[in-house]
Amino acid sequence: MVSSETGIVGYDLLRWIPLIPLLGSVINIFFGPALGRKNAGALGCAAVGASCAIAFYVFFQLPAAGIFRDVIYTWIDSGSFIVNLSFQADALTAVMLLIVTGIGFLIHVYSLGYMGHDEGEARFFVYLNLFIFFMLVLVMADNLLLLFVGWEGVGLCSYLLIGFWYEDVNNTIAGNKAFIVNRIGDLGFILGIFLLVTELGRQGIWTLDFAELQKHVQILSPATIGLITLLLFVGATGKSAQIPLFVWLPDAMAGPTPVSALIHAATMVTAGVYMTARLHFLFSLAPATMSLIAWTGAATAVFAATIALTQNDIKKVLAYSTVSQLGYMFLAVGVGAFSAAIFHVFTHAFFKACLFLGAGSVIHALAGEQNMRKMGGLKAHMPKTYWTYVIATLAIAGIPLTAGFFSKDLILWQAFSHGAYVLWGVGLVTAAMTAFYMFRQLFLVFHGECRADAHAQAHLHESPAVMTWPLILLAIGSVFTGWLGAPEYLWGSRWDHWLEAIFGRAEHHGSMAAEITVTLLTIAVVAVGIYWAYAKYGTAGARIDEGSENLIYRLSLNKYYIDELYDFVFVRPFTVCSRVLAQWIDPWVIDGTVNGIAAIARGMSWVTRGLQTGNVQHYAAGFLVGALALLAYYIGQF
Amino acid sequence: MVPLNYYLILSAIVFAIGVIGVLTRRNLIVVLMSIELMLNAVNLTFIAFSRFLGSMEGQVAVFFVMAVAAAEAVIGLAIIISVYRHRQSLDPQEMQLLKW
Repeated sequence: MVSSETGIVGYDLLRWIPLIPLLGSVINIFFGPALGRKNAGALGCAAVGASCAIAFYVFFQLPAAGIFRDVIYTWIDSGSFIVNLSFQADALTAVMLLIVTGIGFLIHVYSLGYMGHDEGEARFFVYLNLFIFFMLVLVMADNLLLLFVGWEGVGLCSYLLIGFWYEDVNNTIAGNKAFIVNRIGDLGFILGIFLLVTELGRQGIWTLDFAELQKHVQILSPATIGLITLLLFVGATGKSAQIPLFVWLPDAMAGPTPVSALIHAATMVTAGVYMTARLHFLFSLAPATMSLIAWTGAATAVFAATIALTQNDIKKVLAYSTVSQLGYMFLAVGVGAFSAAIFHVFTHAFFKACLFLGAGSVIHALAGEQNMRKMGGLKAHMPKTYWTYVIATLAIAGIPLTAGFFSKDLILWQAFSHGAYVLWGVGLVTAAMTAFYMFRQLFLVFHGECRADAHAQAHLHESPAVMTWPLILLAIGSVFTGWLGAPEYLWGSRWDHWLEAIFGRAEHHGSMAAEITVTLLTIAVVAVGIYWAYAKYGTAGARIDEGSENLIYRLSLNKYYIDELYDFVFVRPFTVCSRVLAQWIDPWVIDGTVNGIAAIARGMSWVTRGLQTGNVQHYAAGFLVGALALLAYYIGQF
Repeated sequence: MVPLNYYLILSAIVFAIGVIGVLTRRNLIVVLMSIELMLNAVNLTFIAFSRFLGSMEGQVAVFFVMAVAAAEAVIGLAIIISVYRHRQSLDPQEMQLLKW
C-alpha cells in the first residue's frame, strides 16, 4: 500500500514496538505479585527485548528516504481537523527507536541484578516498561498531539521512578520537583501547539501531522513562527534540563540508579532534542529562536560543567555532566546542525548509560555509599566495572577514536564553521572541564587508597554477570558508535548520509585543514583537563578530603545557590500566598459566604417554623383563614 | 314553598358548627363527626340549588359527596381505632410529633 504522492508506506508491525512494553507493564501490574520477583523482572526484560528486536528489524527494512506508517484509528475527527492515533518510522525515528529499545533493554537486564534484593521489583518493572512505552510513543508519533501524549507520559513515569523508594520523604520531594518543573515546561509546549494549530487553522489548514506541517508552515508569518518555536523550546528546556529549568535533573538522582541511567541516557532528557529535530523545518524558519537555543545550550553546558567540577556525590557529578552534554546538543541544534545533535544524543546514550550503570555497580558494591570521598582504590576489587568505566570516561572526555570524540568534535566544528566563535569557545572550555571532572571522578573512585570504612571494605565485590554484561556492551558501544559519524578527513560520515532524508544534505563550510586544526585544539584542551585532574587527584598522596574556602569553589559546590534562589523567588512567595489563602481567605471569605447564607436561612426559619406546630387543628384553622380570605377577595370583586 | 335563602342560612349555620367542631374539639371521633356535618351542610346547599334551579346536576354532586363521605368515614374510623390502640388517647393535641 504505497501512497505515491508522499512515499509513505503502511506497515502494521510498527504498533507492536510500543504495545509490547505496554503489555508487559499491564501484565506486571495485575499479576506481578503473583508471578514473583524473578519472573516479573524476566517478563519486563522480555517485553523490551521483543520490542528491541522488532525495532532492529524495522531499522533494516526501512529504505533510506522512506517512511513507514501504521494508522491504528482516528482519534479526533472534528470537521476538517483530524488526528490519527498512528505511528511512523523514518530515519530519525529509527535511530531513536534503536537508542530507546536497545539501551532500554540493557538497563532492564542490569536492573534484574541491581533491584534483585528489592521488595518492589515487580512494581519497578511496571514503571520501567511503562516508561519505555511512553518514550516509544513520543518518538514514533506522527503528529504533535500524540507526541505530547508520550511527552507527558515520560514525565509521569519519571515522577513514579524518582520517587520509587517512597518511604523516604526526600525521594518523594525529588519526584514532585521533577514533575512540577517539567509541568512548567509542558505549559509552554502545549501553548506552542495551540498557537500552531490556531494560526494554521486561520489559514485554512487544520493539521498536526508532521508531514503536513512540513508542507504548510511556510505560510505563517515569521513573528508567529518565532513565538511558536519559543514556546516549544520552553517545553524542551523543561524536559531536557536546560537553563532555567534544569534544577529537577540533579535531584532526580534520588531514584534507583538504573532509573538515572534510563532517564539520562536513553529516554526523557533526549525528548527535547528529538522534538526540536523532529520540528527542524519549523525551527529553521525562526533564526531568533535558533540563536536563543544555541546560547541557552552553550550557557547550560558551561554552567553545569562548572558545578560538576566540585561535586562529591558520584551520581551528582554524572547528573550535572548530563545537563552539560544536553547543553552541547542544544548548541548543535541552535547552529542548525540537527544531525550532529542527534548524533551526540546517540553516542551520549551509550557512554552515559555505561557511566551510570558503572556508578550503580560501585554503589551496589559499597552497599549504598555515594560519597566519592569514601571510595577510592576500587580498581582492584571490581575490574570489569573499572575498565568499562574507564572506556566510558574516555568517551565522554572526548579522547580521539572514542564515540564522544566524534560527536562532540562534530558539534564544536559545526559551531566554529557557522562562524559562532564565542559559542565554540564556550564549548571548548566546557570540553576541558568535562575531561577534568570525569577524570577527577575516575581517580577518586577507582584509584588511590580505599577510604571506605572496614565494614564496607569487607563487603566489596564485583557485580554479578547480569550487571557487568550490559556494562561491557555499553562500553563497546561507547567506542564504536562514534565511528559511524567520522569526519571527512578520516573515513567520512555514514551518519549524515542516513539522516540526509530528514535534515537535507549537510552543508560543508570551511576547509579540512581548519577542521583538523579545531580538532587538534580540542584534543589539546582535553589533555590539559586530564593532566590537571591527574595532578590534583591522581598522584600518590593527593589530598582528597579538603575542599577550598574560596568563593568560586563554594559557589560551584553549592550549585551557585540556584535551588536556594528559586526557593526564595518562586517557592517561598508561592507558599506564603497559599498560606494566606488557606488560613484567611478560605475560612473567612469562602466558608464565611457559605456559612453566612446558611445562617440567614436558619434565622428566617427560626421565625417561621413556629407556624408548624404539628397540631392538625391549627392547620385546619389555617385552611379556614385562607378560604375566608379567598372568599372575601371574590366577594370584593363584585 | 320555603324560600331558597332559608336553606342557605341553615346550611351556613350547620357548616359553621362543623368548622368550629373540627377546630376546637379534643376528641377525634367528634372531629370526624363535625366533618360529616360540614359535608352534609354542603349537600343541603346542593339540593336547595338543584331544586331552585330545576337542575339535576346538584343532586348528582350530592351522590358523589355521600359516596366520598362514606369512604372517608370508613378510613377515618379505621385510622382512629389504630391510633387509639397505639396511644390510648384520641386527643389531637397530643399528636404533634410531625413538626420541626
